Amino acid sequence: MSNILQGKEEYFTLIQKYSHYQPVGRMIEYNQIKGKGGERAVSEYVLELKGITKIFPGVKALNNVQFQLKPGEVHALMGENGAGKSTFIKVITGVHKAEEGEMFLNGQKVDFKGPKDAQEAGIAAVYQHPTSYPHLTVAENIFMGHEIIKHHMIQWKEMNQEANKYLGELDADFDATAEMGTLSVAQQQMVEIAKALSTNAKIIILDEPTAALTRNESEKLYTLVDKLKENGVSIIFISHRFEDMYRLASRVTVFRDSQYIGTYDVNGITNADLIKAMVGREINDLFPKPEVELGDEMLRIEHLSRTGFFKDVSFNVRAGEIVGLTGLVGAGRTEVMEAVSGITRPDEGKVFLEGKEVYIKTPSEAMEKGIILLPEDRQKQGLVMSWGLGRNVTLPIISKYAKSGFNDEKAERELSKKLLEEVDTKAVDIFQPASSLSGGNQQKVVVAKALAQEMKVVIMDEPTKGVDVGAKAEIYAIMGDLAKKGYAIILISSEMPEILGMSDRIIVMCNGRKTGELNRGEATQEGILELSMEKSTGKGTK
Amino acid sequence: MEKKSVIKKITGSREALLAIIVIVLFAVVTVISPSFLTPKSLMEMLKNNAVTMVMSLGMLCVMLVGGIDISIMSTLALSGMSIGMLLKYGHITSTLLAFIIAMAIGIACGLVVGLVISRANVPPIIATMGFMYIYRAMGYLVSHGGEWASAAALGEFKNFATTNFLGINKVIWVIIVCYVVFFFFMKWTRTGRRIYAVGSNASAAQVSGINAKNINLLVYVIMGFLAGLGGALQVSVYASAMPDMQYGGEMDVIAACVIGGVSMSGGRGTVVGAFLGSIILATIAKALPLVGISSLWQNMIKGVIILVVVVINVILQRIADKNALKGREM
Repeated sequence: MSNILQGKEEYFTLIQKYSHYQPVGRMIEYNQIKGKGGERAVSEYVLELKGITKIFPGVKALNNVQFQLKPGEVHALMGENGAGKSTFIKVITGVHKAEEGEMFLNGQKVDFKGPKDAQEAGIAAVYQHPTSYPHLTVAENIFMGHEIIKHHMIQWKEMNQEANKYLGELDADFDATAEMGTLSVAQQQMVEIAKALSTNAKIIILDEPTAALTRNESEKLYTLVDKLKENGVSIIFISHRFEDMYRLASRVTVFRDSQYIGTYDVNGITNADLIKAMVGREINDLFPKPEVELGDEMLRIEHLSRTGFFKDVSFNVRAGEIVGLTGLVGAGRTEVMEAVSGITRPDEGKVFLEGKEVYIKTPSEAMEKGIILLPEDRQKQGLVMSWGLGRNVTLPIISKYAKSGFNDEKAERELSKKLLEEVDTKAVDIFQPASSLSGGNQQKVVVAKALAQEMKVVIMDEPTKGVDVGAKAEIYAIMGDLAKKGYAIILISSEMPEILGMSDRIIVMCNGRKTGELNRGEATQEGILELSMEKSTGKGTK
Repeated sequence: MEKKSVIKKITGSREALLAIIVIVLFAVVTVISPSFLTPKSLMEMLKNNAVTMVMSLGMLCVMLVGGIDISIMSTLALSGMSIGMLLKYGHITSTLLAFIIAMAIGIACGLVVGLVISRANVPPIIATMGFMYIYRAMGYLVSHGGEWASAAALGEFKNFATTNFLGINKVIWVIIVCYVVFFFFMKWTRTGRRIYAVGSNASAAQVSGINAKNINLLVYVIMGFLAGLGGALQVSVYASAMPDMQYGGEMDVIAACVIGGVSMSGGRGTVVGAFLGSIILATIAKALPLVGISSLWQNMIKGVIILVVVVINVILQRIADKNALKGREM
């Protein structure tokens, strides 16, 4: 908490320095150029969205949200994972079409049919993972879709010169003829911004631009954004870093659970208030977390690192304990557990199982030793969807039931039936194909599959993703049962209530590092979010 | 940094590497058998490999968008057989008309393939496998169940491959024109670059307003067109048309591209690479008997070269990826 609040006074002075709004006169000019049919509607906002609702099959990704962007302002958009920020951006850029709601550009109602319409209207987005063409040159990436063509020929020389001009404006340290795929993420982002400039964009959306950047690179980006602002560009800025917001934005809009929560002046809101706005939900009594006597330490990892994914992560799990592993998407949670369970290999660090150091190279070795990862993507990695439930459950232990090369089907069926009943799977029989089950029941089959073997450590990656509320409660109950039976459980989850409700201990990761470890009693939604969003140079807080 | 630039040089100048291989190959073969490096022998080599060389341009386009086409030799047989029969029964006599008909049939075949792949979203390997059988069967049907059009039946048409224009065989002129046109098309036209864009990142292309479906369709039409042209060339070079022409030959075309550095997953590959790839294949076929190795070894050597090239590619890519990750600070 403290280190974030410390620099706040400084930020305030910076904000005052940088948040000079563009005079309205400029906007009128802009309207005259862009406005169709001679209408010269002048609005207070360059961009305004009202009552936007976007529905994906089964989910309301946006529920009646609103947003206003003033000319020349930098407007931060914040919220937890899955709050609907990215979907909202895609609605603005015409990638998604909202079911309900209206969008106004300079006071005029617009209706984008596709991304091209948005581009032509002067809206450009720079996504977190640059959507570029890795095999083509920087110049081609910048001019894709509006190449410089004379006499039916692409003018390479002119295009390179023009591209270098934009790159020069951005102080880029690479040439327009470089191949995109060889650049770093920061450099690729710069190309994307150059691309936005080349299309003459008046509204630029930056989706977590600093997430993949180092401190120096972030500094550079800040200067860049200042420059853009000076040129009259309005900017929407999505970020999980408070630092970004204080440094750049004058206003901030918060989304939570697909809904609009509010818009605040950056210098009128405290960190604590913002976090409250982002997580302020009630936690209900969905979590049947049993009190379990903790046993011996089952798994301990020490200083585990994998270049580019996570660094120096250490923690342990005891028998009967549920350890929650949380953080924002991309923090490296799944990657750590993948390295522990043999899917990938760590570059450095040690893994101990029941006090003995183990070297696990493949998932099957991990399972032999008693560590299993139940993957997030049930469809792709968890189950053979076209197979019956029974065969899915006994798949990992097929060889144990084989007699002189032939499967002992009877024994197999009996075991799978028993295990499926144990986790209370709702199915007609064990021959029903896995694809016909609901998400929740599929997850139960995955758990049954893990129970078929003698496991010590069960790692569950987002076990309730895409599962309805009722089934969620059942999965939590199973988790509690497993803990009671003495399994050590690691629960990877982005869902705050789930993490708080089920874990004995909570490990928070941010940007590839462990940023904190909280006991059940002391953990709060705010505390976890604080740790998840800490700046990249932050050290562990314990 | 030092290391990275060396790797970049090797991967970036894949064509230079291939050119060196071609030169070394030529030198070695010439030392053992001086008759190899004579204009006559080289012309002969180009002429005999004209079909593969021309069609590898189409395969380049198809593979650039991440597709593949194994129906091409069936298209070749259908178009070649069709003009063979038309000439045999005297429906047409003009060489030019025969070429145009062959190319038109090729375009039609490619259009159907492209529509199935781009509109019905059938995986290219499956779709073209289906058409491989269909077009081949149509070739047999056109030939009344295996009838040939022999040299005598082809009349003036067969002279195309034996006559010169400005001192160079007309078949070789076709190769030259095709390569020059494609070199220009792929590098300097918007459509050419869009083929690269779709292959490099189809969803990004879609977002920047490129109609990826149409590009996907286009590459199969180009491929079909060149397969039709290949059909006419095949009939004239070998002075006969039969329904089982170039059976299994599609793999040589794909191999030429793979050796030439065209990536199977799309986005990477050049006209020069396709040219050098097919030259390497042609040289091996021509040179083995000359240097006293039984041609029984030809396929073995082809296979080894393909595998070596691909493995080197994978290794270089892995090193590049690893280096890219190191740049990520935590």
